[in-house]
Amino acid sequence: MTSMINLLLFPIILPFFFAIVLLFFKENIRVQRSLTVIGLLAALTSSLFLISKVKADGVQAITLGSWPAPFGISMVSDMFSALLVTTTIIITLFVVVYSFSSIGKERERFFYYPAILFMITGVNGAFTTGDIFNMFVFFEVLLIASYLLIVLGGEKRQLRESIKYILVNVISSALFVITVAYLYSVIGTLNMADISVKIAEIGQPGIITVIAVLFLIVFGVKGSLFPLYFWLPGSYAAPPIPVLALFGALLTKVGVYAIIRTYTLFFVHDIGFTHELLLVLSILTIIAGCIGALAYFDLKQIIIYNIVIAIGVILFGVSQMNESGLSGAIFYLVHDMLIKGALFLLIGIIIYVTGTSNLRKMGGLMKTHAPLGWVYLIAAFGLAGIPPLSGFVGKMLIVKGAFEAGNVVGSIIILASSLVVLLSVMRIFIYAFWGKPVELPKTDRRPYRSMMIPSVVLVVLSVLYGVGTEWLIPYMSDATDVLLQPSIYIDAVLKE
Amino acid sequence: MKTNDVILQTTTKVVFFIIFLFSIHIFFAGHYSPGGGFVGGLLTTGAIVLLLLAFDLKTVQKALPFNFTIMTGIGLLLALGTASGSIFFDVPFFTHAFSHFNLPLFGETSLHTAMIFDAGVYLVVVGAAITMIQTIGGDT
Amino acid sequence: MELLMAIVIGILFMAAVYLILSRSLLKIILGTGLLSHGAHLLILTMGGLGGTSPPVLADGVTDYADPLPQALILTAIVISFGVTAFILVLAYRTYAEHKTDDMNLMRGDDEHD
Repeated sequence: MTSMINLLLFPIILPFFFAIVLLFFKENIRVQRSLTVIGLLAALTSSLFLISKVKADGVQAITLGSWPAPFGISMVSDMFSALLVTTTIIITLFVVVYSFSSIGKERERFFYYPAILFMITGVNGAFTTGDIFNMFVFFEVLLIASYLLIVLGGEKRQLRESIKYILVNVISSALFVITVAYLYSVIGTLNMADISVKIAEIGQPGIITVIAVLFLIVFGVKGSLFPLYFWLPGSYAAPPIPVLALFGALLTKVGVYAIIRTYTLFFVHDIGFTHELLLVLSILTIIAGCIGALAYFDLKQIIIYNIVIAIGVILFGVSQMNESGLSGAIFYLVHDMLIKGALFLLIGIIIYVTGTSNLRKMGGLMKTHAPLGWVYLIAAFGLAGIPPLSGFVGKMLIVKGAFEAGNVVGSIIILASSLVVLLSVMRIFIYAFWGKPVELPKTDRRPYRSMMIPSVVLVVLSVLYGVGTEWLIPYMSDATDVLLQPSIYIDAVLKE
Repeated sequence: MKTNDVILQTTTKVVFFIIFLFSIHIFFAGHYSPGGGFVGGLLTTGAIVLLLLAFDLKTVQKALPFNFTIMTGIGLLLALGTASGSIFFDVPFFTHAFSHFNLPLFGETSLHTAMIFDAGVYLVVVGAAITMIQTIGGDT
Repeated sequence: MELLMAIVIGILFMAAVYLILSRSLLKIILGTGLLSHGAHLLILTMGGLGGTSPPVLADGVTDYADPLPQALILTAIVISFGVTAFILVLAYRTYAEHKTDDMNLMRGDDEHD
């Protein structure tokens, strides 16, 4: 156990192991809860170690089964993926603690926690893998777990919406396989570092650009890029809040990660077309998201459309392909995972307290639930990116990158979208917390308090993330370097 | 409706064991020739499904009193455990070890850790497939 | 041979799209099954059809098929098998709950469940 070459696999193996163990304790909820928390804490510890190791020794890579590098399945952990893995585990931990008092015994008994842990296995695997087909496999792992989570409980509406969710994902998965098949026939390899080398050798002819667009469609469906986000609002609104928080904070981000990885590692020789397309689509995504966020009077829908906006902002940063844009995108991605998790948990409490998700039926919560109001306000400001809260730095860097690349119109749209975001979340605050108090249904005070704790801590974390930007910059610039210079990634994988 | 299924039931009692033994054979044939845990597991599942067709869910449950969810869990643990063994030797995950042994009866045999992994796969396939069939079939 | 495979894959995709666009849930599921079969055949064809030679590379062997597409297909088949089984169960439950398998009747928005 001296050099720990397998360390980068621990955030994947540990949740998987605990998920399996949980299968043996189907009826014992207390054991399930404590094992889940222990497993996530262990995974968190290993991922923090991983970050420090990547910081000290550079990109970590391992090829499974001791095969030589381009032939076996490589797992690669650079700073970007290590940060995302850590954020994933943190959010899951809080959502799990939140679930204790909100998800209900029925679901807990029916493989709720194992499904979450299997999903985290898939998410972390997709963030870590260095093999394009293995990424498909990890996508399937997280999707199958998410199918279980979205349908768990079996309410009428859930069944209806999960059918649509699953069909969309099955079709996009088939398209993923098709795209990988095309790529393999042109390039003859599946190792991501090797693909990058081979594409550089042949200089990205037209067929590779076609494959790039196909990848954009595949990952765009998962990551809810315009015009492929149509399935998202309906499906995400169906499951209960903790599941929605996990989906909103993590699943779309896996698609975004995959776009970022492929568009900075593979398809960097014809950015005049591919990245321009990404730019246009991301701006359209922002606009579509803004319209949705303002159009609805439903708490869930408003925040769900804010996911779409954030996806657009992140990918807009990526499409600039310069240092400011990319590092802004990374900053904003991590920020968005934290703040979306926190916001979903908070609106979950609002829905629990008021018994409805319709804004028109709420009012005057400030009188009875003042702490909830203030915490929500901080989270809302954080989402809109008011300095010094967490959204500010990322968005500023993205806009700076856009100005450097000469995309003035895009930058203005980004800034305008911030106002829309602020307006949409403030509308929730005004409708729910101000005004004349409406009669609240009788609810227990205890779950309210125990739901508040994880939500508040998550908001505090996001504030620290914003305030501690200075301290995070060395990590972020490491992450950006790998995206800007594929050779770092390639050398780490094909070192022998 | 009462159907006359004496022939089906009688043949099933024999055929079940033939399929089952064949699945064991296929399982051990893996690695150097076609076969392995997945195919073996599917064959065993096929045998059990045949039992389910000939008899009913309750009888089969009585004859094979396993909890198939637990079986899936044990299979997953076996597979993951075998793969993780490599962590303790500080070699890449999934690295497999094998060696040749001289066993009584079998003679010169090559034993692989991959076989333990395959045993896990076998259990997962049987456990998961039967769980699915029971879930659908039990709900009438 | 490649041409024949291309035509077969095309027919599979065509049938899959036709079925997926229908209203009946069961037909849609069959369509997704055909779609993934088409995708698997596509991998096989794209990896280069190796004729009858086995995917084994040893000293002195010059004629061999590429083993990678076969491994990929096996993985993809297992996954699509699992997913299809899951959707079938789900479709059955949905049918029991909604009393219909017509996707048009399964519309709904936030106000109307």
